[in-house]
Amino acid sequence: MAGEQGRYTGPLVDCDVHNALPSDDALHPYMPADWRSRRDSLTYLPTAFRDVRENLGDRSYIGAEYPRPTKRASRVDAWPPGGGAPASDLAFAQAQLLDAWNISYAVLNPLLGIGEMLNLELAAVMARAANDWLADQWLDRDSRLRASIVVAYEDPPTAAAEIDRVARDPRFVQVLVLSRMIEPMGRRRYWPIYEACERNGLALGVHNGGWGGHPITPAGYPSYYLEDAAAMAGAFQAQVGSLICEGVLQHFPGLRIVLIEGGFAWIPALMWRLDRAWRMLGAEVPAVDRPPSQLIRERFWVSTQPMEEPEHPAQFHELLDQLQMTDRIMFSTDYPHWDFDAPNQALPARLTADQQRKILHENAAALYGLPTPADAAATGD
Amino acid sequence: MSARASNGTAVIDADVHALVPSIETLFPWLDAHWQEVAQTTQFRGPTDTPYPPSAATSMRPDLDPAAGVAETVEDLRAHVLDQTGVEAAILVCAYATEAIKNPDAAAALSTAANSWVAERWLASEPRLHGSILVPGLHPTLAVEEIERCAENPRFVQVVLPVRSFTPYGNRIWWPLLEAVTRHGLVLNLHFGGASGGPPTSVGWPSTYLEEYVDMPSAFQTQIMSLVAEGAFDRFPDLRVLCSESGFAWLPSFMWRFDRLWHGLRREMPWVRRAPSAYIRDHIRVTTQPFDVPVDEFPRVYDHIGSDEMLCYATDYPHWQSETVAAAVPPVPEGPALRAILGGNARRLFGLGGDRNGG
Repeated sequence: MAGEQGRYTGPLVDCDVHNALPSDDALHPYMPADWRSRRDSLTYLPTAFRDVRENLGDRSYIGAEYPRPTKRASRVDAWPPGGGAPASDLAFAQAQLLDAWNISYAVLNPLLGIGEMLNLELAAVMARAANDWLADQWLDRDSRLRASIVVAYEDPPTAAAEIDRVARDPRFVQVLVLSRMIEPMGRRRYWPIYEACERNGLALGVHNGGWGGHPITPAGYPSYYLEDAAAMAGAFQAQVGSLICEGVLQHFPGLRIVLIEGGFAWIPALMWRLDRAWRMLGAEVPAVDRPPSQLIRERFWVSTQPMEEPEHPAQFHELLDQLQMTDRIMFSTDYPHWDFDAPNQALPARLTADQQRKILHENAAALYGLPTPADAAATGD
Repeated sequence: MSARASNGTAVIDADVHALVPSIETLFPWLDAHWQEVAQTTQFRGPTDTPYPPSAATSMRPDLDPAAGVAETVEDLRAHVLDQTGVEAAILVCAYATEAIKNPDAAAALSTAANSWVAERWLASEPRLHGSILVPGLHPTLAVEEIERCAENPRFVQVVLPVRSFTPYGNRIWWPLLEAVTRHGLVLNLHFGGASGGPPTSVGWPSTYLEEYVDMPSAFQTQIMSLVAEGAFDRFPDLRVLCSESGFAWLPSFMWRFDRLWHGLRREMPWVRRAPSAYIRDHIRVTTQPFDVPVDEFPRVYDHIGSDEMLCYATDYPHWQSETVAAAVPPVPEGPALRAILGGNARRLFGLGGDRNGG
């Protein structure tokens, strides 16, 4: 624990908190009656099959499940004493996260598997219910909370309509998609989502995860969760390349993209490789009108957890120097997951007061339009 | 690149290519059945390639592909060996037999290509050392081909495409890893691969540029698999050369792998050291492409944390540098440069009697 870092006492923003449903039917009150009853009948799980992951109504891609190191990939102390899944109980999450670490704002990124559902009609209903649940059960009950809009991203026109509906509530600051989808993110089928983000002034949050039906590596399925987890950085790199090469950033000049839970130490090498490839193979990507590294620095943000940790602290500073993205790095805990980063231990090396202020507060406040806590008090927020 | 670097260091080019001009070239080593198939059907052998002919990265800029390049040992002498006077070069026949689903065809063409290389290239050029091409979708057939070729000491490695249908640490590959190490060969993981799966974990990208840029993820996949499955514990002499991998990605990859190992090592109790320690001991990478800006090289080299991992290569006739001259690593004179230009490859392949068990 670096001493200088400990002295930071300013406002803190946590950009990645995973609140969960307290029960399988927690979204039912927010669903239309016909879908509610249909889902009740489809997802009935006989106890003989209680280890089965999903049922008729919830089919998703199968065959690539890697057991996490803990139940629900969560901290073992994050299970609410009153029952329910980690981060499904607001009061317990407040005590364990927001109050304990004096967090000014936290962005909720619920990972409900909705974007990955193969039944797009049900996914759209579930996304709508999830957003209403977020507003009703979380945002209305704690003014420190902000949320990402849940969308059925494999049906982009429907997702765009949902973004337009929910964006009227300014507590939704971002649209949430996962880093692995059916096609590379830059491809045109997803453009309605980006158009809706831009139209509504929302960031696009690309969170670690998803499936898309492809192996997690370009060389097939590996054997262990460690490999699955480590390979996710490759998915992020492929998505950054896709968004750049397809001209998404030129077509949607207001689109701001946040890479969440993907690490960032890989970015310098990607920038060098993309820039060199662009100089040699750029004829293939006419929309890319400037070095890809410049586009990355202009248009991408990253969250801190899980950070690759250099072997020597000085190397972390060299990494920041290579990145030139100190205005783009945003602190996150990943609560309640097993690899939670505590605010006082997340950053591995001594940072200047300026770097700490930016990473722990200012970058996220600027991106998401968060009032400083003093402003919030003055306006009674 | 002069015959020797100005300080007298002998140079080894760890990756030059032989290109099969057409399937007819291989007829002397193909049986009547496959000759007949090639003559009476559209089958032309492996036509998938990770090197689109018109891509700038696919051909050295001063060479004319229409004139035939890298198709004969005379080409290689004229363009590389005599021109640059390297002491030795590691020859890889770029022929994607792993793309052929028919196992008999894949095996027959691998065998023919290896015989072509042995008789028409290695036999007449002592500076060349060969790579055993294997049917990459079929571990059992691959082992048979290794056993057949390994009797010829001019073959020094087994080449596998870095994009496979399943990672090479997987135990279905262990008979191959066993054969590689038993014969004292190097395992060469090579840019490309046509297993049929997409080149990224998010599907098929629209451009070759993306496929090219994303290839380090495949190298990382293979390294991670070999470490995580315990291949280096089971085969302590296993040495791996990653060709056309670049190296800028190594530091952050090792940091990520080490961190995850600290959190998740319960999954693989046989991995007793940090993954970065296995990597520095067992993995070597080529300097094509030289994927860091010149002024960043000292820091990246320091972050890699090993003087033994980088091996000079041109990737002839493919060319991932922006000029002909830029294939020479822009590294200052000194021990690091000597190791990169020749020392590391000499130890890896045991050339000049300098055998290294890794």
